[in-house]
Amino acid sequence: MKIDDLKQKIGFGILRLSVLVIILILGIILYDIISKGIGVIDWGFITKAPKDGMTAGGIWPAIVGTSLVTLITAVVAVPLGVFAAIYLNEYANQGKITRLIRMAIRNLAGVPSIVYGLFGLAFFVNILGLGTSVLSAGLTLGLMTLPVTITASEEALKSVPDSYRRGALALGASKWYSIRTNVLPHAIPGILTGTILGLARAAGETAPILFTGAAFSLPFLPNELTEMLSRQFMALPYHLYIMATQHHDIAKVKPLAYGTALVLIILVLFMNLIAILLRFWLRKKKE
Amino acid sequence: MKRKGNLSRLKEKGIELFFFSNGILAIIILIGIFYLLLSEGLPTFNEVSLKEFLTSTRWNPASYSEPSYGILSLIVSTLLVTIGSLIFSVPLGIACAAYLAEVANPKVREVLKPVIEILAGIPSVVIGFLGIVLVGPMIAKVFNLSNGLNAINGSILLGIMALPTIISISEDAISAVPEKYKEASLALGTNRWHTLVKVTIPAALSGIIAAIMLGMGRAIGETMAVLMATGNAPAFPASIFDSVRTMTATIAVELGEVPYNTPHYYSLFAIGLVLFIMTFIVNLISDIVLHKYGEGQ
Repeated sequence: MKIDDLKQKIGFGILRLSVLVIILILGIILYDIISKGIGVIDWGFITKAPKDGMTAGGIWPAIVGTSLVTLITAVVAVPLGVFAAIYLNEYANQGKITRLIRMAIRNLAGVPSIVYGLFGLAFFVNILGLGTSVLSAGLTLGLMTLPVTITASEEALKSVPDSYRRGALALGASKWYSIRTNVLPHAIPGILTGTILGLARAAGETAPILFTGAAFSLPFLPNELTEMLSRQFMALPYHLYIMATQHHDIAKVKPLAYGTALVLIILVLFMNLIAILLRFWLRKKKE
Repeated sequence: MKRKGNLSRLKEKGIELFFFSNGILAIIILIGIFYLLLSEGLPTFNEVSLKEFLTSTRWNPASYSEPSYGILSLIVSTLLVTIGSLIFSVPLGIACAAYLAEVANPKVREVLKPVIEILAGIPSVVIGFLGIVLVGPMIAKVFNLSNGLNAINGSILLGIMALPTIISISEDAISAVPEKYKEASLALGTNRWHTLVKVTIPAALSGIIAAIMLGMGRAIGETMAVLMATGNAPAFPASIFDSVRTMTATIAVELGEVPYNTPHYYSLFAIGLVLFIMTFIVNLISDIVLHKYGEGQ
């Protein structure tokens, strides 16, 4: 019996240690980026365009580009995701087609991001003739994010009690009316939580925008929105990639690369934080 | 009155049809991706046989005099860094999942889960950047190499990125093991560790296997981290300290520079097709395993 107790102590100790290792890994990542990036970030770095072959200046066009492409991603992925989830949770019966749809969604989630890039190049850039542009890149990222928004929305819809639906239907409301007025309003916070996480991932993606619209450098931004949509754009993740790999003078751009990495991480973690807080608040409200 | 009833029924049908069309969109996109990869990738085989494409180790499609399109080195490189990443992410991930599901008290769990979500949220380009400036130099120092951009660097980075997937799905699987299994084991006089190792984890095994498969699928398809940190030498790797170039990295590096609709362009789509099929099979297997396990509960 004594030996068993010892075994349990050692065993649980190993489990604790493995958790500590994972926290340590995250700690090292965040510490390295924050400690080396924080000195670079100031007002000028955020608001100016890069200059002197990226060895000076800031990352403003990349911030604008990332925001714009994420916005397009949201416009594509959120409504399509919510509509698909409404079908799956409210209308679909558990037949073969439904199983096939679910299987397709799970497989889409596993399609490598670079393959989405290939698809975006072949379909949006070439076949639809949108060219390498913010629009092509945003549409590509939108399709990539779709499985996440569908799954998140479905989870949110599933958590709305059936009595809400039955109550409305019993009063003579049509199915769509009951969904629109009783089910959706209760599901929206949950839908938001999941979709924000999906969009945060999209904002940090590089591979899908490599050949669908990301530009090496773009010193100034077009004024008109329509012109902006049809042009190439700078993005934070792509800018970091270029600085880290394509630059002839890595020592000189390394501090700026750290600064860009920190801004990117702040952007993504800020979106994550909103999602986490939203979920926390949601759970509190339910209790 | 009857007219109105018909009209609103028609409207309801229309609404249902609208949502249905959004539902089947996922299937259409999946088929669309497959179709485009086929139509852009198949012309490769006018230049090279399928057998040579898959079994030759010479990848040099840009050569003017004698282009060659063998992707075996790229496939082996991909599998090398993937398996390397699983060697440490699988035990670490399962141990962490077991801790979260069975040992940690609810408060600790509440804190740890967002931590793992943060790890999942770090963009792969940032991980790749750290592979160049942090992990690479460390590897070079430890193993006394001229630079640390090699397969083992890629494996470490991929392992870190696969961890959140493995942890969260394994944890779900372990948590889903019915309470009565554990109670029965404890009632027989075993302690919690014994129950965890001999009862709970074996009962959750199919879910854990699915988690590993999904983590593996992620690692095979990951692009930016391996592109930046593995050194990008398209040769057959002799050891884990060699520079390698994975399938994803090859597409990412070369597609930006090739003219559209040339044999080289087609061959990169053919690599995409192989990649798609590989990850599709891995995902399908994990899907089937997970489905079976879901019914077993």
